Amino acid sequence: MDELIEILKDLHSDVDFETCTTLIDDKILDSFDIVSIVSEVDDKFDVAIPAKELIPENFNSAKALWDLITRLSED
Amino acid sequence: MLFTSLPFVLFVAVLVVVYYAFVPHNERWGLLLIASLAFYFFADPKYLIFISVTALTAYIFAILTEDYNSKRKAYLKEHKAEWDADYKKRYKTVTTRVTRLLLFFALLICLGIIAVTKYTNFVIETINSMRSEPLSFVNVIVPMGISFYTFQTVSYSIDVARGTVKAQRNFWKFLLFVSFFPQLVQGPISRYGDLSQTLYEPKNFDFRGVSYGFLRILWGYFKKLVVADRLVIALKTLTGSPDEYKGAFVFVVMMLYAAQLYCDFTGGIDITIGIAQMLGITVKENFDLPYFSKNIKEYWNRWHITMGTWFTDYIFYPLSVSPTMLKLSKWSRQHLGNEVGKRVTVYISCFAVWLATGIWHGAAWHFVVWGLMNFVVIMASQELEPLYAKFHGKFSFKGRHWYSAFEILRTFLLMSSLKLFDCYRNVGLTFKMFGSMFTTFNIGKVFGGSLLELGLTRGDYMVAFLAIIAVFLVSLYKYLRGVNLREFLFDKYPLFVLSCVVLFLCIVVFGAYGTGFDASQFIYNQF
Repeated sequence: MDELIEILKDLHSDVDFETCTTLIDDKILDSFDIVSIVSEVDDKFDVAIPAKELIPENFNSAKALWDLITRLSED
Repeated sequence: MLFTSLPFVLFVAVLVVVYYAFVPHNERWGLLLIASLAFYFFADPKYLIFISVTALTAYIFAILTEDYNSKRKAYLKEHKAEWDADYKKRYKTVTTRVTRLLLFFALLICLGIIAVTKYTNFVIETINSMRSEPLSFVNVIVPMGISFYTFQTVSYSIDVARGTVKAQRNFWKFLLFVSFFPQLVQGPISRYGDLSQTLYEPKNFDFRGVSYGFLRILWGYFKKLVVADRLVIALKTLTGSPDEYKGAFVFVVMMLYAAQLYCDFTGGIDITIGIAQMLGITVKENFDLPYFSKNIKEYWNRWHITMGTWFTDYIFYPLSVSPTMLKLSKWSRQHLGNEVGKRVTVYISCFAVWLATGIWHGAAWHFVVWGLMNFVVIMASQELEPLYAKFHGKFSFKGRHWYSAFEILRTFLLMSSLKLFDCYRNVGLTFKMFGSMFTTFNIGKVFGGSLLELGLTRGDYMVAFLAIIAVFLVSLYKYLRGVNLREFLFDKYPLFVLSCVVLFLCIVVFGAYGTGFDASQFIYNQF
């Protein structure tokens, strides 16, 4: 999880990713950020996030994103 | 049958009465299908063939895909314990390929129809410009709203293949999703997952919904007939004689077209959503005060929203996260450094999206260049972001009212200048005319009576100006308070009724009918 927070902080250092649950709803992360995250996650965790998982529910918080990574790595 | 024609108004009025008074509430979707097919039939009976083939293709392939996916999942579950991880992976890879193949055939047919009908002559024209012996153009029909309903079926096919929506097993219900008449003319581009929730469910008469819908339709007609169809007269003259109207006149074109396109497109969407609302159906919003955007990215999140999200979900994301792009991203980060490298694939995908957006808007090079110019501006603003951050760090302007107003004005002018490609419909001419704003100083000529030679009278300008002020104030109210004026008016019912009467009178008295005027097609109808 810490590594994921690091990836997110790298994009927006001023956001509290530990507590924020509206990253997409409040337009903190945009489509460019999402693609960067997918690419970093693929690199660091060796988990490929498919296009169908690129939905607000999976990116609204660091926890939701972490849950997605965990689920995909178990598949 | 034009949205702005009397037969269409009567068609909708009769439909609403029959819908609520004579048809059982759980069978109302059937009447909507008949009305949608009738609307299409009256436009041109041949259109029905095209829309039916597209719908039937998506319908059949979706069921085949869903059935195949269910079987493969059941088979995998049954044999999960016996197979090792490698075999399971191989099985998943092979079966995923079959699903993709089914999707490929569905898309090939649906997109093939639009490619042949809409783009054949564009390709011939482009080839002809490069050879001495020209090829002859083919006589093909471009079915009304083909870009809109094709995109709806494509998103449906992909969503079913992804397993994010269930395939519709009733062909007639599916045909209604594809052909729902209010959105055939100019969108919005609905997703099956959203529209199906309200399209088929039994509907009861809801006074509030019908009233909201009715006022919204009137508001749409007001924008279209009082502003858009009036301004188009002057715009045709201005852009039809570019040698005569350059310099400051180009700025006038920019301003008039910004107002005309906005009122034409949002007016049409208001009529669409208003009709749907009267029928108890929720259609996604397509605009969210785009002219109040502070940057181009925000503008595209607020203008033609359903098109933007479609391109993001079905082109930008799949392309950006494809294995090839991920490999390229890794390579570029290793060789070009993390900061530059991670942007390479994003920009390639963004380029593809804007190229497709341009082509989607029309079979002409000026649309392609318009799309690519948007790409250039977005990329430039993305690259300049660190510079902006540094600037704002030094000077604390950001957030101040005057600076917000400046950002809004800057974005409005930028986007309006890009729209010039659509006005002049010729790439070279557009650049020439844009340049003339800075080389030909003829502002005196603009206000020296020339505006009255464009087909509009002083009274027309006054009506259009006051109507634009009204549209601006309504938008400003929503921007500042976050409340829709319709809701406010409905809560004070006498005011609501008064608004309906005033709007109705404005449309009848000031609507652009009669000598010199002709209620025109919506601009987005051509897409």
